Amino acid sequence: MSEQTEKIKVTIDGKLVEVAPGTTILNAAREIGGEVVPPAMCYYSSLKGSGGKCRTCLVEVSKGSEKDPRPMPKLVASCSTPVADGMEVKNKSSEKVLDARKGVVEFLLINHPLDCPICDQAGECHLQDLAFEHGLEKTRYEFKRRTFDQIDIGEYIKLHMTRCILCYRCVYTADQLTNAREHGVLKRGDAAEISTYIQNSLDNDFIGNVIDVCPVGALTDRTFRFKSRVWYTKPMDVHCECSKCSGKAVAWMIGDEIARITARKDQYGEVKEFICNDCRFNKKQKSDWVFEGPRHIDRHSVISANKYEDPIPEHTPLLNKA
Amino acid sequence: MTRKLLLDKVNVEGIAGYDVYRKNGGYRSVEKALKTMSPDEVVEEVKKSGLRGRGGAGFPTGMKWSFLAKPEGVPRHLLCNADESEPGTFKDRYLMEKIPHLLIEGMIVSSFALGANQSYIYIRGEYMYVLRILEKAIAEAYANGWLGKNILGTGFDLDLSVTPGAGAYICGEETALIESLEGKRGNPRIKPPFPAVKGLWQRPTVVNNVETIAAVVPIVNDGGEEYAKIGIGRSTGTKLISAGGNINKPGVYEIEMNITVEEFIYSDTYCGGIKNGKRLKACVPGGSSVPILPHYLVCKTAAGEDRLMTYESLADGGFATGSMLGSGGFIVYDEDQCIVRNTWNFTRFYHHESCGQCSPCREGTGWMEKVLHRLEYGHGKMEDINLLWDIQRKIEGNTICPLGDAAAWPVAAAIRHFREEFEWHVNEPKACMERNYGLVTEKTFETATA
Repeated sequence: MSEQTEKIKVTIDGKLVEVAPGTTILNAAREIGGEVVPPAMCYYSSLKGSGGKCRTCLVEVSKGSEKDPRPMPKLVASCSTPVADGMEVKNKSSEKVLDARKGVVEFLLINHPLDCPICDQAGECHLQDLAFEHGLEKTRYEFKRRTFDQIDIGEYIKLHMTRCILCYRCVYTADQLTNAREHGVLKRGDAAEISTYIQNSLDNDFIGNVIDVCPVGALTDRTFRFKSRVWYTKPMDVHCECSKCSGKAVAWMIGDEIARITARKDQYGEVKEFICNDCRFNKKQKSDWVFEGPRHIDRHSVISANKYEDPIPEHTPLLNKA
Repeated sequence: MTRKLLLDKVNVEGIAGYDVYRKNGGYRSVEKALKTMSPDEVVEEVKKSGLRGRGGAGFPTGMKWSFLAKPEGVPRHLLCNADESEPGTFKDRYLMEKIPHLLIEGMIVSSFALGANQSYIYIRGEYMYVLRILEKAIAEAYANGWLGKNILGTGFDLDLSVTPGAGAYICGEETALIESLEGKRGNPRIKPPFPAVKGLWQRPTVVNNVETIAAVVPIVNDGGEEYAKIGIGRSTGTKLISAGGNINKPGVYEIEMNITVEEFIYSDTYCGGIKNGKRLKACVPGGSSVPILPHYLVCKTAAGEDRLMTYESLADGGFATGSMLGSGGFIVYDEDQCIVRNTWNFTRFYHHESCGQCSPCREGTGWMEKVLHRLEYGHGKMEDINLLWDIQRKIEGNTICPLGDAAAWPVAAAIRHFREEFEWHVNEPKACMERNYGLVTEKTFETATA
C-alpha cells in the first residue's frame, strides 16, 4: 500500500517546494509559479524529447543535493535536469544566470528578422516576451542576417524559416501527433532549417498544431495571415462536438466574426489538448461553436498590456518602465 | 630509450595482415584475458594502469568502465570512437591504417571486460580506405576464431563491425555518435542520462577512443602496474602525438609521458626543431580546441618550471597560462604565422561543424567567424576584440555538448595572449593584408603580466 511516493525538497530562489523524484527543475519551479519560473522556448511538457536546446532556461545549481552539496560546475538547462533532495537552485537571484540568459537572447535575435510589425505572431510571441525582459536595446550584430524563402507547407500552414529559432517543437509535434514522420530538420549549424520531405505538404488531421507549438512566427495559419493584429482580436473559450478531438478551442473574434481558432494554451503557452485541423481551419462560423465566455490570457504580452484585461499587477512596473 | 607499446611493431613488413601480426605476439592479450582472467580482473588491471581516455578529455578509463550500469538481462555495448576529426589530430588513422589488428585485439579484450557481445567501431566517413583495412582485418579475425561464437572455447561471444559516419565532426561527441550509429541525425543528446546508463538503443554503453582501446592490449599483456611505471604522476603510459605545423619532421610519435615539450619540439627523435631555422611563435598542444600557448609559455610554465608532455603539466596554470593535452594534435607555429588568421580558420571550422541544436553554439560560432573574418581582412574595429571576448564567454559552458567550449577556448586564448596582434590588425588594416605581425621576442611572461 505504499502508493505514496516520497517527495523531495528543492529550493528555488529561496522558495521551498516539495516535488516527486524525477521532476525537472523547471517543473518544480512551475509548481512554485511566478517570478522563479525560468523562461522556456523549446521545452514543451507534452512533447517527448523536447527541451535542452534553446538554453534560455539555464539556472545555477548552487547546491547539488543533501548528499552531495557541491554546486554544479556549469549552468544547467532546468527543463532537462532532474531535481535531487536538498537541491538549491538560483534563477533570478543569480547574476551568472541573468548574464547567460542575456547572451542566449542575443544569440536568438542576431539572425531573427525582427519583423514584428508585419508578423502574425506579434503579441503572442515568446521571443518578443523574452527579448522584452532580457534583451539588449540594440543589436551588436552588424552582418547580413540569415534568410530563407517562405514555403507553403500544405493548404493551411505557412513556414517562414527566417523567423525560426530551431526549437524543434514542431518536429516533435509532427512526429508524435501524427503517424508519418513527415517533417524534420535539414542541414546543420546556422544553415539548419525545418523542412518537409522535398517540400511535400503536411497533410494530416492534427498537423495544424505545429502552429500553436511554434514559439515564434515561423509557422503561421494561412487562413489568418494578415487579417488582424492579435491584440485587436478578442479571445473566447469555445467548444464543439468533434469526433476527432476534444473540441475545446479558443475563438479569436473580430467583432462578430471568428478570425481564427487555436487550441487552448496554459500560462506557459503550452497546449494541453491538441485540436484537429477541421476545428482549426474549417469551422469559422459562429454557429459551429458553443461560446463559453471570454478567455483569460495569462501572459505579460501585448494583449494583457493594455487592450484586453488589466495587466498582471506584478508586471505593471515593468510595463510602465518600457 | 623511449619505450613504445603501441607502435613498436609498426614497421614490421606486413603487420597489417593477420599472420605477421600473430607471429609478432598478436592476440596474446586475448588468450590471457579470456583464459586466465575474469572480466573484473581486466577492469582492475586497467584501473591500476592509470590509463586515461586518449580522445581529449583524459577521463580515467578504468573508472569509466566501472560506472557502466549492469542491469540483469540487458545487453551492453562497447563503441570505439574512430571519428577522429579534430583539426591537427591524425594519430588514430595512423594506428588503424598500419596496425589494424591491435585495435581489434583491444576491442575483444575490452568487450570481454565489459561483458559486451556486440561492439562497434564508428569511423569517420572520410576514412573510407581505413574502413576497408579494418573490415579486412575483422574478416581475418573471424576466420581465425578471434571473433564470433565461443571464442577460444571460453564461451565468450563477440560480434564486431565497423560503421562509417557521413562526415560530421559532431559525431565524435559520444552521444551524437550513438545517435548517428542508431541511424538518426547526429545531434548530441541532452545529459543525463549518460551513455553508461542509457546509450546505444537505451542500453548501457561505453565509448572509448581508438588509442585508449589499443592501450588495453599492453596493459593486459604486461599488467597494469608495469604500464603505470611509465610516465609521471597521473599521466601514465605512452601517448600518440600527431605533430604538425612548422616543424622539420611532422608525423605521429609515440612518447612516454615524461619528456619535456622543449625536447619534443627540438629533439631529432621527434619534431626536429622549427622548419627553416625560424623561431617558435606559438603552439597548440592538443588539437584545435585547446587554448593556444604563446612562445614564452610553451617550454616553461608560468612558474618557470619545464613544461612536460603530460596531462597535468600542459594544463598547469589553468587557461590563464596553460592549455590541455587534449587529443594530442600538436601544432607548432613559427614566427611568420598570423594568429588572427589561424583563429579565424579554427572558428570557421567550428561554425561549419556546429550541429545547430542549441542557440549559443549555432548562432555564436557564426558570429565569431564573421567578426574574425572582418578583423583578418582589415575591416575590423577596436570594439570587435571585446565583442569576441564577450561572445566566446557567453558560449562557453552554456551549450549541450563540448563543441561550444571547443569553439570558445581557441578564441579566448588567442585574445588573452595575442591581443596586441588583434589590435595591430585594426590599427594597420593595410599592413595586415601585406605582411604578418611577426614575433614579439621581448614579450615574456613577466612583461606580459606586468
